Amino acid sequence: MKDKYDVIIIGSGPGGLAAAIAAKEKGAKDVLIIERDIELGGILVQCIHNGFGLELFDEDMPGPTYAQHFIEKVRGLGVETLMDTMVLEITPKGTIYAINKDSGYLALSARAVVLAMGCRERTRAQIMLPGSRPAGVYTAGTAQRFVNVQGHMPGERFVILGSGDIGMIMARRLTIEGARVERVLEIMPYLTGLTRNYVQCLLDYGLVLQKQRTVNRIIGTDRVEAIEAVSVDETWSPIPGSREIIPCDTLLLSVGLIPENELSRSAGVLLDPVTNGPFVDDRFMTSVPGIFAAGNVVHVYDLVDWVTEAGYVAGRGAAAFAQKAQVAEARHVPLKAGENIRYVVPHKLNPENLQEDLIRLQMRAIQPIEARVLVTVEDQDGNVVAKKGEPYARPGEILTLAIKPRAYDAARKASMLTVHVRKR
Amino acid sequence: MSENYDVIIIGAGIVGGMVARFLSKYELDILWIEKTSDVGMGTSSANTAAIHAGYNALPGTNKARTNALGVTMWPKLSQELGIPYDRCGDYVVAVSDADMNMLEILLERGRRNGVPGMEIITGEALHRREPLVRADAIGALWVPTGGLSDPFAATVAVAENAVMNGVTLKLNTAFEDFLRDGARITGVRTNQGDFRGKWVINAAGLYADDVMHKAGVRPEFTIRPRRGEYVILDKADFQLTNRTILFPTPSEKGKGIVVSSSLHGNVIVGPNANFVESKENKDVTKAGIEEIWSGGKKLVPAINRRHIIAEFAGLRATGNAPTPNPDIAYDQDFVIEIPEAVQGFVNLGGIESPGFTASPAIALWVIDLLQEAGEELVEKPDWNPIRMPRPVFRHLSRDEQAALIQKDPAYGRIVCRCETVTEGEILAEIHAPIPATTYDAIKRRTWLGTGRCQGGFDMPRVVEILSQELNLPPEAITKKGAGSPFLYRRTKDVQDDHLRMEDLI
Repeated sequence: MKDKYDVIIIGSGPGGLAAAIAAKEKGAKDVLIIERDIELGGILVQCIHNGFGLELFDEDMPGPTYAQHFIEKVRGLGVETLMDTMVLEITPKGTIYAINKDSGYLALSARAVVLAMGCRERTRAQIMLPGSRPAGVYTAGTAQRFVNVQGHMPGERFVILGSGDIGMIMARRLTIEGARVERVLEIMPYLTGLTRNYVQCLLDYGLVLQKQRTVNRIIGTDRVEAIEAVSVDETWSPIPGSREIIPCDTLLLSVGLIPENELSRSAGVLLDPVTNGPFVDDRFMTSVPGIFAAGNVVHVYDLVDWVTEAGYVAGRGAAAFAQKAQVAEARHVPLKAGENIRYVVPHKLNPENLQEDLIRLQMRAIQPIEARVLVTVEDQDGNVVAKKGEPYARPGEILTLAIKPRAYDAARKASMLTVHVRKR
Repeated sequence: MSENYDVIIIGAGIVGGMVARFLSKYELDILWIEKTSDVGMGTSSANTAAIHAGYNALPGTNKARTNALGVTMWPKLSQELGIPYDRCGDYVVAVSDADMNMLEILLERGRRNGVPGMEIITGEALHRREPLVRADAIGALWVPTGGLSDPFAATVAVAENAVMNGVTLKLNTAFEDFLRDGARITGVRTNQGDFRGKWVINAAGLYADDVMHKAGVRPEFTIRPRRGEYVILDKADFQLTNRTILFPTPSEKGKGIVVSSSLHGNVIVGPNANFVESKENKDVTKAGIEEIWSGGKKLVPAINRRHIIAEFAGLRATGNAPTPNPDIAYDQDFVIEIPEAVQGFVNLGGIESPGFTASPAIALWVIDLLQEAGEELVEKPDWNPIRMPRPVFRHLSRDEQAALIQKDPAYGRIVCRCETVTEGEILAEIHAPIPATTYDAIKRRTWLGTGRCQGGFDMPRVVEILSQELNLPPEAITKKGAGSPFLYRRTKDVQDDHLRMEDLI
């Protein structure tokens, strides 16, 4: 194998696969994907439920099928892959240090790098769940791997904390496997995952979701024996008299995802404290020239289709950079989070890039609005540059808005763009 | 039916381990029993990891004596046994005139205990060395002989060295009662059978009171577990300027809530000190976290809650034994004795902080006691004080890492990405002189699963490796011994994999 590549992609989930395809199609000669697992596909491999591909293919596929579509393309295009390989460090100049069993210690260089490491799950420690530390406390994704990849049940009686998508999907999966899901608890007054998962995974199976209710204590010395549940008010303070001991042997946590950026840090990439991912421009280039980022490593998406799309954009950008076709750093138009918006990705637009492709903005709302809303992109003077109506805004579902070519002139002229979501 | 030994040691914490290791020097048949599945699972598994210089203990107490000697033994011990140890020094931070007076008292105590090199420095000097200390600190006691170690690594290292030198370690073996012949103790009854021994040594930590009561010794002695809670910060997010331990000025509750470096690279904050009823209650509580957080924040205002990646709690084995010297009014001293009431019994109890530091000195004291009691200890000609540490991949240079992978490809697969722990390290621990057979045993030895993802990534992989290496089904692999399995059963077979209505109701 070579030690110099045009584009090296770290991670072979949906973002990484799409980036490899786009980079190759855009003319990058030597493209390499480095994957730490033994097969391509990233987390899709364990996502055997459906719901993938509705936006891009208008087709409802399970995760592995969705992944396979891209894996075949990657293979057909002659993208190289390095499996069972862990990247230890990336330098700002694009040297990648990695190890595996067969090749030992590798030092590879790339003209452009795409970070596609995805995200990790928040743990019991990060939400500071009190109580003992027995076996039987798992993040939902770890339990999903046990069940769907290794073929083992990590428990029989479950309580699930958090109404994130993986938690709800696991509630259904475990029920199908004959386990009992006693309760799904959500500390927020609203669902944090997709409504369709609530309907298809909980309602359809008669499973109970309790909002504004959380785990107050984990009980059990060796294995979980029960959890103490408690209702909370808006400030998350326990409401007296609301405690209940729920006997169970397993607590699953679906309490949020965090972009995985340890390698980005080693490369000197600046991170946004709101998304926990890199600051990126509309080509998904980070603060370090030549280092791009795609997918959940940038911010946590709700649909895989958008991750794939981001991978295409980043892959094209990386290929262009590798071929020195990248337009030199010009003036940027910053994109800011306005009313009821937690963040906007990308963080800035390069006016030079506003040419053929549409630029898709991704936003997360702060508070749910259960009524028709208007998402607007406004310039520094409050002039609306782009807008889109939505039936509602929910923190668990990403808002997307495409800036279309007819708005490019206005966007180019702006010194700053701010996105708002307001009730209509 | 029973086996015969010269010495039986009850309890495989750091104290039992040091006693076993130092006694293994002599021509003795030693049995060492532990009720849990691994060494170092009690108090030794959850503490500040400090090697205390010895300025806290009241001069004349057993604590002061063993602390002062113990701290001088660590440099050699760490060399011989491959235990991580850094004599980084520590500070006691003062913010008021009353605190400054207390520093004078500590300085004087330290001098009387024989602690070298201490000095009181100004707030300015303190901030020059550690700018993160609260701005209104007006001075500090600088203690150059304070340091840090790794209590897990230390316990494993001494235990391994003891086993290498012929000590028989029996895990999952719980003490139930003594065998006796009149006033002479002749052995122990355990859940694994009876064992005869000329001497039985109580190193049962939190349960030392129960053990001595069974021997008929010190009926008034009780251990009240005093829980200390801690939080661990992400090493990528927060570091002290230099590796050290920052103590507040101590109060009657103890040494107070510290902000400390650790040899694993994380800053830890804690502990508080609250009595709990149960000797197994290592719960972390909301109130406790608030208490230590506000304590830590007072000392180092820059710490940020967002950087917390783990919480844990440990129990101190706080006793109520008066110091042997009646002139010293102190009633939480270490018990280190051969009691007169029975024969054949060495009694250790109430070994709370600074027990980790003091443990090698306690072991030497036990040897003295045995010799004073007329036991003739003959040194083995082939005793080996050296135990080589196993490679820690993340501590190696790139060249060393490359060489290691070349030698053994298992070091080329990372199983824990946050802490960069390789399959090679895990396999080495599973096949070590004291095999690591549970997830937590591997965690304590390799530090896997302690980072940001808290085992989310490595856990399924470690269960697979353990299952393979121990030749057990995955359902038999546990977190920390009997009763703590990860997995219950296989998922339904493929042909069975359709919805059954009765499962859904």
